[in-house]
Amino acid sequence: MWRNRGMGIASITSISAVLMILGVVLILVLSINNAVLDTKLKFDEIEVFLVDDLPNQSMDRIEEAVKEHPGVLSIIFRSKEQALEIMKEEWADEAYLLDGLETNPLPDSYIIKVNDIEYADGLVNDVKTLDGVEEVKYYKDVIDKLLIFAGYIQFGGILIIGILVFISVFIISNTIKITVSSRRREINIMKYVGATNGYIRGPFIMEGIFLGIIGALISIVIVYFGYQYFYKSMNEKLYDLFTFYLVDPKLIFTDLAIMFGTIGAGIGALGSLVSLKRFLNV
Amino acid sequence: MIKLVNISKEYRNGVTALYDINMEIQKGEFVFLVGSSGAGKSTLIKLLLKEEGITRGRMYLDGADITRVPNRRIPYIRRKVGVVFQDFRLLPNKTVYENVAFAMEIIGARPREIRRRVPLILSMVDLSRKASSFPDQLSGGEQQRVSIARSIVNNPPVLIADEPTGNLDPDTADEIMKVLVDINNRGTTIVMATHARDIVNKMKKRVIALEDGRLVRDEEKGGYSIEIPNI
Ligand SMILES: Nc1ncnc2c1ncn2[C@@H]1O[C@H](COP(=O)(O)OP(=O)(O)OP(=O)(O)O)[C@@H](O)[C@H]1O
Ligand SMILES: [Mg+2]
Repeated sequence: MWRNRGMGIASITSISAVLMILGVVLILVLSINNAVLDTKLKFDEIEVFLVDDLPNQSMDRIEEAVKEHPGVLSIIFRSKEQALEIMKEEWADEAYLLDGLETNPLPDSYIIKVNDIEYADGLVNDVKTLDGVEEVKYYKDVIDKLLIFAGYIQFGGILIIGILVFISVFIISNTIKITVSSRRREINIMKYVGATNGYIRGPFIMEGIFLGIIGALISIVIVYFGYQYFYKSMNEKLYDLFTFYLVDPKLIFTDLAIMFGTIGAGIGALGSLVSLKRFLNV
Repeated sequence: MIKLVNISKEYRNGVTALYDINMEIQKGEFVFLVGSSGAGKSTLIKLLLKEEGITRGRMYLDGADITRVPNRRIPYIRRKVGVVFQDFRLLPNKTVYENVAFAMEIIGARPREIRRRVPLILSMVDLSRKASSFPDQLSGGEQQRVSIARSIVNNPPVLIADEPTGNLDPDTADEIMKVLVDINNRGTTIVMATHARDIVNKMKKRVIALEDGRLVRDEEKGGYSIEIPNI
């Protein structure tokens, strides 16, 4: 079909590259948004996780130390059983998964609310040093960091994607140009006989769209299976580290496929149009 | 059928190829366009085909002002003006039949109509037997007849020919002229640019002569050049 196979391959590769990077950026941003949504509910809470089987006097000491701290509005104890109940509620449809647990893996904790976020940092630092405190989680912090991180990814991603789209359009327009010039004689005759621009453009635009769709197919396969693999091996670990879940690959597959197909076809069509512009004015 | 009013054409590089041309060609006429090389014949044809824009003046085709038309309307003007060139311009990988049918496909004719009309036109130019030959298997005269068949298959009211016999020997050129006259007799208006002195003199048709972009002669039943009486 192509006189120049190399150019066709270059076109497809460039479109695939654009879409793959788009896919990675998209998944990252989605996952981060997921994490932010997840934690936003606990926005003004500081969670203090306790070591297992802490003696009562240690707990009293922690409670007192916190109450003495300025700006503390309330401190509530949440047992590991309560924590599990809450988790079941949050997981709703998937709660049955928790029923399978033999022991409750969640720790006892204190939920602290502050008057004003101003006090939070100091409080977190102080509580961390207390005996019997396993870990302190302050979600405002995490959210801020995640949002900034997401912002960078979004910005960098858009920049790279923009550049790559530009390059792809350029490569495709050159590919189509080769086909166009190999059929220049035919186009010329078509014009003299009164073919409309649409009629002349049609096959070339189809060729561009075809290249774009092929590129989209390749990238969707790579992104989907690549991400699925990553998801399977990393989801648990990421949750342990950062308490957030990745977006489930199955949930985004359809949207991703539609988006990739549309963008791929769009880039292909645009590339053709750019290369045909020159030929339309005679 | 064709009317030019004070037409001038200046190319973008500054060359003025036509100055203030006026002419009116009636439906069914056969007109020769003559003049030495560079006189502006091909330029005039390009204006008629909307291949080049008009610098000044007005141009009418079949009563419609086509001085300036949006790009998307140009194809529809070209469907009214068939064109034949010196170099035939056939598609080498298509047969004679396909080359002609191609012109009908392009404007969206129905397959049935194409199957009916193409053989008819091929027999008109006496090429029925060559329908499945490829252009490189044909003589120059035959190739030009294919090109003519293609230009009239959609039945345009006007046929323009830019030196259609330029690449052909005199006998073959005469054959082509017969075909053109035949087409003209069926009512198609023909404008033919040519250097073929003998043909013009023999045919006794209207002659419009250009010289350095100016119309210098417009003569019914004229000759190639102004007769200089023998002393
Ligand atoms: N595309 C163009 N751009 C600039 N100048 C042009 C162009 N085409 C033709 N010309 C100039 O316009 C003038 C008329 O050219 P044209 O081709 O109309 O002559 P012609 O009568 O057809 O000549 P010939 O008999 O050799 O075919 C010439 O001076 C030519 O150099
Ligand atoms: Mg010429």
